[in-house]
Amino acid sequence: MNNLIDLEKKINSELGTKINTSEIKHNQIYLEIDSEDLIDVVLFVKTNKDTKFRQLIDITVVDYPERSKRFKIVYLFLSHEFNQRMILSYDISENEVIASLTPIFPSANWMEREVFDMYGVSFKDHPDLRRILTDYGFEGHPLRKDFPLTGHTEVRYSEDQKKVVNEPVKLEQNYRNFDYESPWEGTKYIKELTDSNDKKN
Amino acid sequence: MTKKIKNLNLNFGPQHPAAHGVLRLILELDGEVVEKADPHIGLLHRGTEKLIENKTYMQAVPYFDRLDYVAPMNQEHAFALAVEKILDIDVPIRAQFIRVMFCEIGRILSHILNVTTQALDVGALTPSLWGFEERETLMTFYERASGSRLHANYFRAGGVHQDLPAGLETDIAKFCETFPKIINDLENLLTDNRIFKQRNVDIGVVTKEDALDYSFSGVMIRGSGVPWDLRKSQPYDCYNQLEFKIPVGKNGDCYDRYLCRIEEMKESVKIIKQCLTKMEKGPIKTFDGKITPPSKKDIKQSMEALIHHFKLFTEGYRVPEDEIYTAVEAPKGEFGVYLISDGSSKPYKCKIRAPGFSHLQSMDYLIKGHMLADVPAVLGSLDIVFGEVDR
Repeated sequence: MNNLIDLEKKINSELGTKINTSEIKHNQIYLEIDSEDLIDVVLFVKTNKDTKFRQLIDITVVDYPERSKRFKIVYLFLSHEFNQRMILSYDISENEVIASLTPIFPSANWMEREVFDMYGVSFKDHPDLRRILTDYGFEGHPLRKDFPLTGHTEVRYSEDQKKVVNEPVKLEQNYRNFDYESPWEGTKYIKELTDSNDKKN
Repeated sequence: MTKKIKNLNLNFGPQHPAAHGVLRLILELDGEVVEKADPHIGLLHRGTEKLIENKTYMQAVPYFDRLDYVAPMNQEHAFALAVEKILDIDVPIRAQFIRVMFCEIGRILSHILNVTTQALDVGALTPSLWGFEERETLMTFYERASGSRLHANYFRAGGVHQDLPAGLETDIAKFCETFPKIINDLENLLTDNRIFKQRNVDIGVVTKEDALDYSFSGVMIRGSGVPWDLRKSQPYDCYNQLEFKIPVGKNGDCYDRYLCRIEEMKESVKIIKQCLTKMEKGPIKTFDGKITPPSKKDIKQSMEALIHHFKLFTEGYRVPEDEIYTAVEAPKGEFGVYLISDGSSKPYKCKIRAPGFSHLQSMDYLIKGHMLADVPAVLGSLDIVFGEVDR
């Protein structure tokens, strides 16, 4: 359907209880669902003649460490026929395994591998769930909010062992995250330092 | 007597001139026929998305140059548009024309590189020598506008960094007059060339359905006959004021994609010409002092401007809480930015959707059953740049 409002109505009436919330903003439709309804919803929006979201643009995750359902999984879809975009999302907790979209969209393969690599979210029935962007033998999931920007290990060529070695990161200077938003309270790391000094005294 | 035949596993790359960067391709060969291809990527992974989460919105722009480094400004454009949409600001018309013009220059930069190196991969040396001379001219335009040939850091949310220097517009206009002749020369060398056709026609054929299923975009989907271009279908900035055509292929093979790229360069020249004639003097960034830095003159005279300047370059501007996906038609396909802002001056999440990622993923599907010698031809026509694939 060419009209976003009609489209939203259509999806809501056809899928009814499966859609938790729907919203239109920035000329796109935002849907929130439950993780178990993913396959049904995606199959519907892909095949229905009024929606035809034939292309999966991307899959990504947003990490909210403070929430009980930590990860928000986001799917971006595009419909060429109706020139429309849809953003589908649902929340899962940390160790939940979710359904893979690879049987419906072959392009989901690498996107899910990337999600697995970057956030450690596992997919059920994924044909080839390996790390993709990080190094062979890498540990941790870099895009999680609790992963430090500088990482845990660094590589260098060791002249003694005549090979590339992995070592814990040694920094000449700590990464300084200046807190510009409250100039009068000082930066967080100085506050932590003074607090710990106060405790010692 | 029976002989046992084992398939051969071949490591293509990570250092291979035809891999267009650092790609490790593990090929399973039966004789000379490729049975399976398993691309290993990530050798250029720099953690761009993680870095952006730790920088202010203004500091994030240079990271976009380093994605697809043959057409840097097109990437900046996507990010600038995303931030502008959340902040809900209007971009002055001159800035829009400047941005579109430089995006088209980026498209030409990218397509020259791709067309000529693809020719190089299949055995033709001269096109790359001719093409790179033109790329050099275009990169001087980049340099004159932004100060650097490649990593421009020129687009800002709300406009561009600074106005074009005197004389640049006439020089670009001159280039538009001479460049079509160069495209013709390239075409004379390649389009009807017997060897070039033998290596490209009917190689790496993509059907319409598969192009959709594999999330193809840009030339990869147009080469297969899907008339889809974001500049037409979801116009951003001033594209709806410009006249241009969208070249579409028929067979979806490497040769059609080559033809599409050649035609797109011609269209880009037309767009640049229109931009130059329609561009009028005027502001090049929004006047909102909370988002764009004040002029040097104002800083010397106005206390408010000085405070704005200080706040912008320490804290940066704050972006209200929102979630958005914006895409532009980059030379390689749909380049998108999925941005989540949390009201602070740094993005909470910035996912970069690189066209090359989904194109490279289909390598196994494209190359299965082809000869080993077709691997560079198919890889070349995918137009892969590892800066954006690995991020």
